[in-house]
Amino acid sequence: MNALLKLEGLSVRLPQGADRSHALREVSLSLQPNEILCVVGESGSGKSMTANAVMRLLPTGVVIDQGQVMFGGRDLASLDEAEMRAVRGAGIAMIFQEPMTALNPLRTIGDQIGEMLKIHTQLSASAISARVLERLAEVRIPDPAMTIRAYPHELSGGQRQRAMIAMALALDPKVLIADEPTTALDVTTQAQILALIRDLQARKGTGVLFITHDFGVVAEIADRVAVMQHGKVVELGTTHEVLRHPQHPYTRQLIGAVPQLKAPPPRAISAETILSIEDVSKTYRTGGFLRRGARVTHAVRDVSLNLPKGGTLGIVGESGSGKSTLARCIVRLIEPDKGVIRLGATNILALGGEDLRRQRARVQMVFQDPFGSLNPRRKAGDLVAQGPIIHGVPRAEAEARAKELFELVGLDPASTDRFPHEFSGGQRQRIGLARALALQPDVLVADEPVSALDVSVQAQVLKLLADLRTRLGLSLVFITHDLRVAAQVCDLVAVMKDGLVVESGPTAQVFEHPEHAYTQALLGSIPGRSFALNQDG
Amino acid sequence: MRILSLALKRLAASLPTLVFILVGMFLLLKLAPGDTVDALLAQMGGADANVAADLRSFYGLDMSVAAQLGNYLWRLVRFDLGFSAIYGKPVATVIVERLPATLLLMISALSFAFFFGLVLGVLAARRVNRWPDTLISTVGLIFYATPSFWFGLMAIVVFSVYLQWLPAGGFEDITTGHVGLARTLDIARHLILPTLTLGLIFLAIYLRIMRASMLEVLNLDFVRTARSKGLDETRIVTRHVLRNALLPMVTLIGLQAGTMLGGSVVVESVFSLPGLGRLAYEAVVQRDLNTLLGIVFISALLVIIINFLVDLVYARLDPRIAGGG
Amino acid sequence: MQGLIRALLAGVEVMTLLRAYCRSPSAVAGLLLLALVVVMATTAGWLFPRDPLALAGRPLVWPGDNPRFYLGTDNSGRDIAAQIFHGARISLLIGLVATSIAIVIGVVIGAISGYYGGWVDTALMRVTEAFQTLPNFLLLLVLVAVFGSNLMTVTIAIGVVSWPAPARLTRAEFLSFRNREFVQACRTLGMKDRQIIFREILPNALPPVIVYASVVMAVAILLESALAFLRLSDPNVASWGNLIGLGRDVLRIQWYVSAIPGLAILLTVLAVSLVGQGLNDALNPRLKGR
Repeated sequence: MNALLKLEGLSVRLPQGADRSHALREVSLSLQPNEILCVVGESGSGKSMTANAVMRLLPTGVVIDQGQVMFGGRDLASLDEAEMRAVRGAGIAMIFQEPMTALNPLRTIGDQIGEMLKIHTQLSASAISARVLERLAEVRIPDPAMTIRAYPHELSGGQRQRAMIAMALALDPKVLIADEPTTALDVTTQAQILALIRDLQARKGTGVLFITHDFGVVAEIADRVAVMQHGKVVELGTTHEVLRHPQHPYTRQLIGAVPQLKAPPPRAISAETILSIEDVSKTYRTGGFLRRGARVTHAVRDVSLNLPKGGTLGIVGESGSGKSTLARCIVRLIEPDKGVIRLGATNILALGGEDLRRQRARVQMVFQDPFGSLNPRRKAGDLVAQGPIIHGVPRAEAEARAKELFELVGLDPASTDRFPHEFSGGQRQRIGLARALALQPDVLVADEPVSALDVSVQAQVLKLLADLRTRLGLSLVFITHDLRVAAQVCDLVAVMKDGLVVESGPTAQVFEHPEHAYTQALLGSIPGRSFALNQDG
Repeated sequence: MRILSLALKRLAASLPTLVFILVGMFLLLKLAPGDTVDALLAQMGGADANVAADLRSFYGLDMSVAAQLGNYLWRLVRFDLGFSAIYGKPVATVIVERLPATLLLMISALSFAFFFGLVLGVLAARRVNRWPDTLISTVGLIFYATPSFWFGLMAIVVFSVYLQWLPAGGFEDITTGHVGLARTLDIARHLILPTLTLGLIFLAIYLRIMRASMLEVLNLDFVRTARSKGLDETRIVTRHVLRNALLPMVTLIGLQAGTMLGGSVVVESVFSLPGLGRLAYEAVVQRDLNTLLGIVFISALLVIIINFLVDLVYARLDPRIAGGG
Repeated sequence: MQGLIRALLAGVEVMTLLRAYCRSPSAVAGLLLLALVVVMATTAGWLFPRDPLALAGRPLVWPGDNPRFYLGTDNSGRDIAAQIFHGARISLLIGLVATSIAIVIGVVIGAISGYYGGWVDTALMRVTEAFQTLPNFLLLLVLVAVFGSNLMTVTIAIGVVSWPAPARLTRAEFLSFRNREFVQACRTLGMKDRQIIFREILPNALPPVIVYASVVMAVAILLESALAFLRLSDPNVASWGNLIGLGRDVLRIQWYVSAIPGLAILLTVLAVSLVGQGLNDALNPRLKGR
């Protein structure tokens, strides 16, 4: 069979002063008609650079210095700019990760899709709008006629991604490059978009180059897989071969790090409750004051949950479910409108002023963003020592304790003098953990602590967390959108949707016998579900 | 309709600001040494204490400050700005006589600065870090650093004294008695140098903002989308970048309205234009506090109206505003 | 203050910053130009020990005509060179002091407004808006009319009309930092608001404000010269603006009396702007290269 797109020994050079000389080294791949080739790898592996190199949309200073990109009998790497423009959109189209920002906010959807037809075809205006309508119907957007006149901000994330796909496929390109197209979407939306891509691809016989970091997505959609590391392809094969019988050690390590959906055997849980949440609600009012224009968002609605001492309570849900708001109510970064949150015997919502400040040491939080959660202008050791100093521990003692904590979370105690930017993402999360543990809290609230990390780093941090939990007897509230992660660490799990807890119970019970329709939908949407359930085969 | 109601809401929200300014200014001017009567007497060449007292009670200056303030605000509600003792006319009349020159000057300077700032900013951004960019940016910095009154004086030396192309000052040539089109052209000729003088610094500001804004928008995701569709660079700029990059420029017009009005004080003095700015200067020098307060009121009102118009334009450009975002 | 400086420099490699700054020729040119103005200001008393406003020779001597007055004399026979050198002092002094006043007011108001939000923010922003609605030069005229025009009142007045823009900038910075996770972390640790505002957020929020200070300073120098040109600034000091105003009377023939001090203002403001821009590019190297 003739390959649609063939990368032969492709190397991409970075400008001088970058941390390495090449983003890609002698990458060779081929994409057959009517197949989905997944390029998978962690951040910095060069997977997105591969996509950009094919489109010749490289940042300034980054150049292809070797190899060929064969498409339709021509080498794209040697075309001039005008010839390349004719290929983009018409021959090879592309969709991107962020549906929020990938569309021009000031022009209508119909206008932007129509533009694709306007620049590559001679169609009349009325023919173009008919085509646009047809394409929008094809990607199953509700009410295509309305969508044509809509601006991007009027659509949801999933609808925008559908519009992007309609635009990319407007001219029936031979090749579609999808650069992490579902990473920014919720899991249920992701499942729909993946199904749509698969369906359209099969119907039109398009070759799809699909860039992703998620092995679940690979299992769901790929015909063949290329695994990349440090700008090189380390393993290439059919999905079954690569996922079930990985050859390269890096592939094995990556696959081993993917959390399984099956919960480990339940741990013994104490009968004593350390944290109880009773009827907590938080409502936001936005827009016009004193007027009917005000919009009311019920972020958290009458939530009641209990955390047993030494246990881990998982709160799972999609974006907008209220899980992060609830977490922030527990640490009192947000004031709930009503309800009671009891820590031991004290209602922490009733505290104020100095009492509140003293109480804060008892509930600590680990944040999501490894870059945003540490003050860039403070030394790592200071960040950890800060809490105890605020609560009256002498500086020397606090600093000594900071070094011990560094050791505890697996960091070099000598690195307390360094600034946050000198650490990697995983190391920063460890610093954040050490900071929270420095105050010896009764309850630790972890808000998506591993979602910003690559899968192998994620596995290490989760392992550390599980380890510390047993060693220190920590009681943990664990917020996550990733059900696979929740299955691994939580004893109890509560599923939230639109501010309500729709289902809660022991993890194994909820995951194996979900009762609520939404929980069932969530579990059903996990990409590569069968793979996630059973990797040992 | 939604756009209009939003902008009207903003307009209503600026009413307290206006009251705050007026009360603040009124109280501030009460601290000034000498009042209207002093200024009037000085002009008449002095009078005895009885006359002064009579005049003070005539102007209501013998009441408590609070009562005077209340009086003043109540008169303002009826658009009565008081009486200018120096000009011997109601303040409103004096201001209305002076307003057209200032408005004309502001509109022409703004158009000049906006148009050339836009064009030069786009050119610089298209050739970023190459010689056209360096040249434009450097010229912009020099314009920014040039004191406007000095530029005006030097322009008079060159264009009026040596080349004798343009008049050195004034709003129009009254002696020739032009009417209709001839008069319009005459006024335009008189306004060329003042427009350049007032507009220069704003040209520099707009050019800098437009360049930065273009560069920022060029880096956004949707521009990458446009490239991946196969658009050429010219089309990307005209169809996708320009309108997005214009938004900060439009905002800037509103923010700079006050500064521009302030700048007209100096420019009108240099070119002896009978405008609001020159009136403000004269009012300060002659201690005509009623007129000064009136000018403050009208200027603030003008700035608020300009911002209202800017809101309307912005909402036209950006569907996210009207969509209730 | 010392703590703040230390916090500002924490995590910043001064040498790297310096090297980044020196990479831009225009930034270096600005620094040299500014150094020249500073040298003029410091040596003024030594090179021209006499009162610069005292009669020195025949009026309206063209530059170069008399070697004693290489920049000539003005309409009342005062040495222009002496006035330029002494004027550098006035311009720098007014620029620095007025800028400091504006930045301090602006930062405090902006920080409180941005950190607390809610009604505090609404109230403070209304006041800021009022100051921006009123043309600043008009307010300056009124202040000078009320409080008189000596060097101190003029400087303070310029500072007082210049704070709204830095306040808005600081507020915007604080708004973006307020919900950053490291600030939330400080709150969960039980840190006091004052400490969070001044010790944690401010060092992060300050660099753009410091860069903006160069704009404030440039505008302050221009405002003073405009005021002096209108003869509303302190007539008893050798200000460049005063000299331009004086030269206006003889503009048609002896245009050099106005031209020379104007060039001095232009170069000083240019130097300040170039330094500001250089600092900005050095602090945000990412933006420059693209």
